Amino acid sequence: MINQWLVNCLSWGLGCLLLVLANLSQAGTFEVVEREQALIKAKFDQKAQIMASWYEADQVQAVHLMQLMLNSQLYYFKQDKRLYQVEDASSGAIARRIHDGGLITLKKKRDIKRVSINNRLRSVFRQRVVETQLSAIKPQDRLAAAEAIIGDTTPELMATIARLRAQEVDASVLAAFDLVLAVATLHSSDEDQQRHSIRLLGESLYPASLNALNGFLLTYPESRLKPMVSKYVEKIKGKVDFYDSLETIYFGLSLGSVLVLAGIGLAITFGVMGVINMAHGELIMIGAYTTYLVQQLMPDHIGLSLLVAVPAAFLVSGAVGILIERGVIRFLYGRPLETLLATFGISLILQQAVRSIFSPLNRSVETPLWMTGVIDINPLLSLTQSRMYIIVFCLTIFLLLLAVMKRTRLGLQVRAVSQNRDMAKSMGVRSEWIDALTFGLGSGVAGVAGVALSQLTNVGPNMGQAYIIDSFMVVVFGGVGNLWGTLVAGLSLGVANKILEPWAGAVLSKVLVLVFIILFIQKRPRGLFPQRGRDAKG
Amino acid sequence: MIRLLNNDTGGRWLIGSLLLAIVLIPVLNALPTSSSLHFPTYSVTLLGKYLTLALLALSVDLVWGYLGILTLGHAAFFALGAYAMGMYLMRQIGDRGVYANVELSDFMVFLDWQELPWFWQGFDQFWVAILMVMLVPAVLAFGFGFLAFRSRVSGVYLSIITQAMTYALMLAFYRNEMGLGGNNGLTDFKDILGYSLQSDHTKMALFTASAVALIIGYLLCRFITNSRAGKVVVAIRDAEQRTRFMGYRVENIKLWVFVFSAMLAGVAGALYVPQVGIINPNEFSPLNSIEVLVWVAVGGRATLYGAAMGAILINYAKSYLTVELPEVWLFVLGGLFVFVTLVLPQGVAGLLKRKGTE
Repeated sequence: MINQWLVNCLSWGLGCLLLVLANLSQAGTFEVVEREQALIKAKFDQKAQIMASWYEADQVQAVHLMQLMLNSQLYYFKQDKRLYQVEDASSGAIARRIHDGGLITLKKKRDIKRVSINNRLRSVFRQRVVETQLSAIKPQDRLAAAEAIIGDTTPELMATIARLRAQEVDASVLAAFDLVLAVATLHSSDEDQQRHSIRLLGESLYPASLNALNGFLLTYPESRLKPMVSKYVEKIKGKVDFYDSLETIYFGLSLGSVLVLAGIGLAITFGVMGVINMAHGELIMIGAYTTYLVQQLMPDHIGLSLLVAVPAAFLVSGAVGILIERGVIRFLYGRPLETLLATFGISLILQQAVRSIFSPLNRSVETPLWMTGVIDINPLLSLTQSRMYIIVFCLTIFLLLLAVMKRTRLGLQVRAVSQNRDMAKSMGVRSEWIDALTFGLGSGVAGVAGVALSQLTNVGPNMGQAYIIDSFMVVVFGGVGNLWGTLVAGLSLGVANKILEPWAGAVLSKVLVLVFIILFIQKRPRGLFPQRGRDAKG
Repeated sequence: MIRLLNNDTGGRWLIGSLLLAIVLIPVLNALPTSSSLHFPTYSVTLLGKYLTLALLALSVDLVWGYLGILTLGHAAFFALGAYAMGMYLMRQIGDRGVYANVELSDFMVFLDWQELPWFWQGFDQFWVAILMVMLVPAVLAFGFGFLAFRSRVSGVYLSIITQAMTYALMLAFYRNEMGLGGNNGLTDFKDILGYSLQSDHTKMALFTASAVALIIGYLLCRFITNSRAGKVVVAIRDAEQRTRFMGYRVENIKLWVFVFSAMLAGVAGALYVPQVGIINPNEFSPLNSIEVLVWVAVGGRATLYGAAMGAILINYAKSYLTVELPEVWLFVLGGLFVFVTLVLPQGVAGLLKRKGTE
């Protein structure tokens, strides 16, 4: 028993010694150790002093420590008397050593103790932290710091801001400073100043300004400025609504882009060629699996792999499409309903094939870093970048396809064959060859859509089925044989879905959209933009 | 009735074997289990299930084979009939549910509902349920067909909106707010008409009822196709415009055949549920509707008996393969789709007919 204890003590002592030696090897670490231990031992009124001198010595670390203390995340280990950052003080949690960033796992909660502060220290530290942040070198850091304290300041901070404002050069930071000051002058006795503040706050878009103005209405129910404030409150609320609906439309456009992407290949195979390709969803799935495989081949270059996957998916899906056309569909031209059955059979075979090769479980495709993130337009509106990429990708594919159909020799021949096969043949167009190429093009585009969809949903054997009905709806709604129709139909269905969603729920809004399309087809059986003329198919 | 089957060798065979099964299977089932001729009750129920699916195939053949509408949504009518019967069976559970509530089913108690929703009223009466089994699909088919046929939606477009219809219904039935059990659907049935669903006699009776329903359904379909109106139906399939110009109200004829077919599908669903013991929104899935087409296509379109035969054969193969070789089943089904459309456009019935004439 005692032996055990002795061994523990010795090893602990040895560990300490090694630690100290290791620390000694770093330049200036004695000071750090001293300061850390001074902070641990210090009483409340000494802590401000210690942090002030620390601030002189190492500004970055001091600010970091003060922030941790403000968030009650700074602890020290009773054994080694060093400082640690602990986010969740319970046994098993991870503690990060402050001076070298080393990680340890807590065994017992009692091993650590918080470096506590009182309210006075809190305000001192906060003043220091905010002051440092407000004089950061990058303007966007200063702006973020200023935005964070709108409506949440102390008299000392106001003084600091007034001082910093005189030196500030960046316009947006200046405006934010003015807002911080305006919240305070809202309560001034000078009515002109109040009016000025109200105007400033009323024109801004921060939720904090709205709170400040609402606070004004509650604090001064008798004020003569009340109508003016109410007017601004209404105005801000109107703007909030406006940006909310902008965001809904943005979500709708990104959903619509997904629909367009899924449907646009079908707009070629079904719309232009008249082949009811029920295996379309599976061609999308093949594109998604190609993305997965490409990513497996180059695991260190996720971003690049996505760019490689686009042509790869086009080629793989296109090749499968040409196989399907040559093997099955070409025997069934002129029997559209039977093509439907045959391609449905193919879709089942492809699904089972993928299930047998890759297992029935979903595969996850990684999203590159540059696709994540948010673009802040203003305090009320921020747009997710991944959705932006989907919209841009969708439009790019659409324009490329449009260019192929309208500007190339292949497109000309495809249109000629679809409008009048015999006449095209007599002009020397190899119609069989064109059929295969067209189907391959449509299938390839479906594969490219699969690359995009692999970023949004799980890649699994059933993923194609989820898109087949939507794709047909988009193409039929837009008008068969019309690429622009597909674009308009997909985007408007996406937006309609997102507008309905808040009050009907996700599922019901989808049902409503489907019912709408069913009714719409009754009214205009040829879709939004029907083909006209003698060759329009009946 | 005999005259109805005058030129219908396949029909005579089908009805003959069904009558034989009605007589023979109870006898074989009554044999001791040790006997090699013993027909287990499990298989009786399975066979009964195939017969209800054959009735569904019959209704699809009437619409696709004779009227020329490739419906991708007939499973919706089947499922609606099944739900109507399921609601009756739910009410029969009474206070034997987990929560022992006399009025409310378990899932309603679970959702904390206080009283029976209005559309559940009356479903404790068998005759109301039977009425609804036919009425609900008929009303949906009437509404859908009235709009679609009047505005002359046809061909591919019609197929796609029938698919949208069943898809929309599936999504709707998945919602708990729909009041029909949501995801889980309706299950845990106990009795039908006071007889336990677990007893062998009830199972045998349900099998017999399915066989009789198939015979009656077959004769009704044959009556329609043999009648003068049936000739017009085929005329519409082959040349809709000409038939219209000859003065027939094409949309009315289409509508009535479509509604009749939907009712037939509803009855099939109603017989299906007590034998399978569950109904959930998956029955609405577009895949189910398309599967029916392959039964009809394999058996032979526009023959009626071919559809019934195809349904029984393929479902037997499905039961066998999904147990023995689950990996292979979708390959087989998919391959069948491709093979039949490319090589056997007339199905097995067409093959037999060709042999007969040679």
